[in-house]
Amino acid sequence: MLKVSDPVYEAIRQHGEETYPHECCGVMLGRVEAAVNEVVEVVRAGNTRTDSAHNRYHIAPQELIRIQRQGREKGLDIVGFYHSHPDHPAQWSPTDFAEAHWLGCSYVITAIEKGAARQTNSFRLTGLSEEAKKFEPEPIEVTGQNIPGLGPEIEAAPVGS
Amino acid sequence: MKIFIPTPLRVYTEKQDAVEVSGRTIEEALSALTSKYPDFQKHLYTGDGKLRSFVNVYLNDEDVRYLPQGEQTPVQEQDTLSIIPSIAGGADRTGEPCHPGERACCCRG
Ligand SMILES: [Zn+2]
Repeated sequence: MLKVSDPVYEAIRQHGEETYPHECCGVMLGRVEAAVNEVVEVVRAGNTRTDSAHNRYHIAPQELIRIQRQGREKGLDIVGFYHSHPDHPAQWSPTDFAEAHWLGCSYVITAIEKGAARQTNSFRLTGLSEEAKKFEPEPIEVTGQNIPGLGPEIEAAPVGS
Repeated sequence: MKIFIPTPLRVYTEKQDAVEVSGRTIEEALSALTSKYPDFQKHLYTGDGKLRSFVNVYLNDEDVRYLPQGEQTPVQEQDTLSIIPSIAGGADRTGEPCHPGERACCCRG
């Protein structure tokens, strides 16, 4: 399961809307528990595939190292990655699979249709080796409804109070 | 020196995110790592002993593949090595064939 707070989840989806018609990508930092990858924050990554940014993404290793170091300073690990599929379903592609090497991590894909975020799916890269890896769909639990001012259940404070 | 371990490979380092090793070169440091944690070998190297194509090793901020002396580059105690699997993908709308195992496919083009 992927656990993510509402504002972080929205930040992932919004990133894809902003970069449309190009793909966006980013790194998810958080904590790995037994069966849960918990996302605490996301870091936007520059898509270095400028030659075909509309349907390819790539994060430079130097950038990953920098993000990993930033996370480490806060006690957070890389738990996964996200990217968008402009005008394409939120399903992993053969390229996504071939280029996925972070076993145990979550790969989140958001479909962006004509600039608006639609479906967001998460796939866990499972298996103990590169040869045995596979993508398994995993549920996304969006939390944060109980954080004051962030969730739909909380009413905004009256103006002037 | 310190070797930083990415999340997926920590199952082989008793969950440690960094491992302290000693060696005079990058090669010696990496082999100290694989002798300490033998399971690392097959995750870092192909059968013929080459670094797997998707595994990047960085000495501080430099890709070891592009260092003039490569893995023979001398290292100091305060240097760090980072092992970082690559991150890429795409939506494949161009219709090019791309299958797991074909390392030289569309995504490298
Ligand atoms: Zn994709």
